[in-house]
Amino acid sequence: MKRVYVNEQWCLGCHLCEYYCAFANSGMKYMATALKGKPIYPRIHIEGDEKITFAVSCRHCTDPICVKSCIAGAISKIDGVVRMDQNKCVGCLTCVLVCPYGALSPNEKGVMQKCELCLMNSFGAPACVKGCPNRAIVYEERGDA
Amino acid sequence: MKRYVIIGNGVAAVGCIEGIRKIDADGTITVISEEKYAAYCRPLISYYLENKTDLKRMGYRSEDFYQNMKCDVLYGRKAIRIDHNGKKIILDDGSALAYDAVCVATGSAPFVPPFEGLETVEKKFSFMTLDDMFALEASVVQNTNVLIAGAGLIGLKCAEGLRDRVAGITVFDIADRVLSSILDTECAAVMQKHLEENGIRFMLGDTVSRFEKTRAYMKSGKTVDFDVLVLAVGVRANTALVKDIGGEVNRGIIVNNRMETSIPGIYAAGDCTEGEDISCAEKRVLAIMPNAYIQGHTAGVNMAGGSEVFDKAIPMNSIGFFGLHAMTAGSYYREDQGGECHEEKTDGRLKRFYTRDGYLTGFILIGDTERAGIYTSLIREKTPLETVDFNLLKKIATSAAFMPEVRRKKFGGAV
Repeated sequence: MKRVYVNEQWCLGCHLCEYYCAFANSGMKYMATALKGKPIYPRIHIEGDEKITFAVSCRHCTDPICVKSCIAGAISKIDGVVRMDQNKCVGCLTCVLVCPYGALSPNEKGVMQKCELCLMNSFGAPACVKGCPNRAIVYEERGDA
Repeated sequence: MKRYVIIGNGVAAVGCIEGIRKIDADGTITVISEEKYAAYCRPLISYYLENKTDLKRMGYRSEDFYQNMKCDVLYGRKAIRIDHNGKKIILDDGSALAYDAVCVATGSAPFVPPFEGLETVEKKFSFMTLDDMFALEASVVQNTNVLIAGAGLIGLKCAEGLRDRVAGITVFDIADRVLSSILDTECAAVMQKHLEENGIRFMLGDTVSRFEKTRAYMKSGKTVDFDVLVLAVGVRANTALVKDIGGEVNRGIIVNNRMETSIPGIYAAGDCTEGEDISCAEKRVLAIMPNAYIQGHTAGVNMAGGSEVFDKAIPMNSIGFFGLHAMTAGSYYREDQGGECHEEKTDGRLKRFYTRDGYLTGFILIGDTERAGIYTSLIREKTPLETVDFNLLKKIATSAAFMPEVRRKKFGGAV
């Protein structure tokens, strides 16, 4: 299955992926109206220090512990994609407590959100990959499961 | 065709069903559900009171789940006895269900201490099940004063859920701090202050010596008048079915890491069990949701002839009150037990890390809970702290603290 991977030696730490992610999931037509002057709640984020930076988003694990831990039954894995049913989420943050990658975070309303590979929004493929200026983020097959 | 019976219909039961079906598409599965509802997760009842969820959304799985999984659910039925020699379950209506493998997923029940005069209290409720919650909801109005016995997870979530529906809430607990099972003294003080700022009153280190209808006479000499009493002192694992037939039981039903009890063919999962807590290498009742599901799944796979072990259980809780979140995990060793506590404190946020012999054994986070799963994984995976930048991790949960080759493995391939 195709997943999002980051080649950390190419990551500039420019945070553009975060903006593309927030835009892609905003449901709005123009990037400026979607993001300008607003705090953003992306589903991918940059971590690192002065030496190394890298983007982190959901790994869509083979055996996702978030799915098994969600107290509301809001997280499921469908066709290889770990998905969040925001209608069921109560914001208890148990998924944050268990995800070893730090890949889940709340949106502006305290409802959890996560990378769903842009398969559910109008982009249809990861916007972070498309927007990465140094092609550090890729969307490809690197193993089964 | 194998016959599976699951006693109980909570989260562990759902895990068990999914575990069985992963291996065996054809065997019959019968679920004995004392409650008349499809599986829901009990902690959601306080969110219901706050209007953050409703009956439809509370369902742990979709409405067609049992049908898709080809399960029979016997609602409103109770298992009375396991006849392990005859391999059948005796139900409360006298009927018997034959089984090849059974999973006991009976959960826990509220423990009610023998308070003097409790029988004179007319409006008293537990806060465990949907029906408990509905009964409580129906008995409170805007001018109701509520007294809650127990400042643990259940009592305080109940307090949060009721706050906007009632006139006042007082919580008492014999322990001298809130959430005494998961917070140390300093962290509990931070959470208590926040709860008090949100209108919850506390009487800690105190208990009721006598109830007289709507008045509680406390040990301290104080009195509290109330309209409604919620009993949330604690819970006990429902172990009787296994204990009655000589199975090994301590505070919970003893299980190994395949979720087998001491009796062949009988498995157990969820809040009724006692399994190994790897953060302290002791057997403990770990009555938490993730373990219930994973234990249930493990039991199901093994019942169906597959092979799965669950050897990474640790206590962990994520719980928030009125916007302030606390996350805890593992065991907190004191200095005289060889433990060390590392603290990071910034305005209103508190992180405490407990280490021993070069490993993280536990943590408490108040306020700053971002990416806490990175910490949890250090405990679960028993990562030697010398292999990570622990000083960086104490400040911020980040994968930058791992060695590059470890990080490349985490983010560079399928995991």
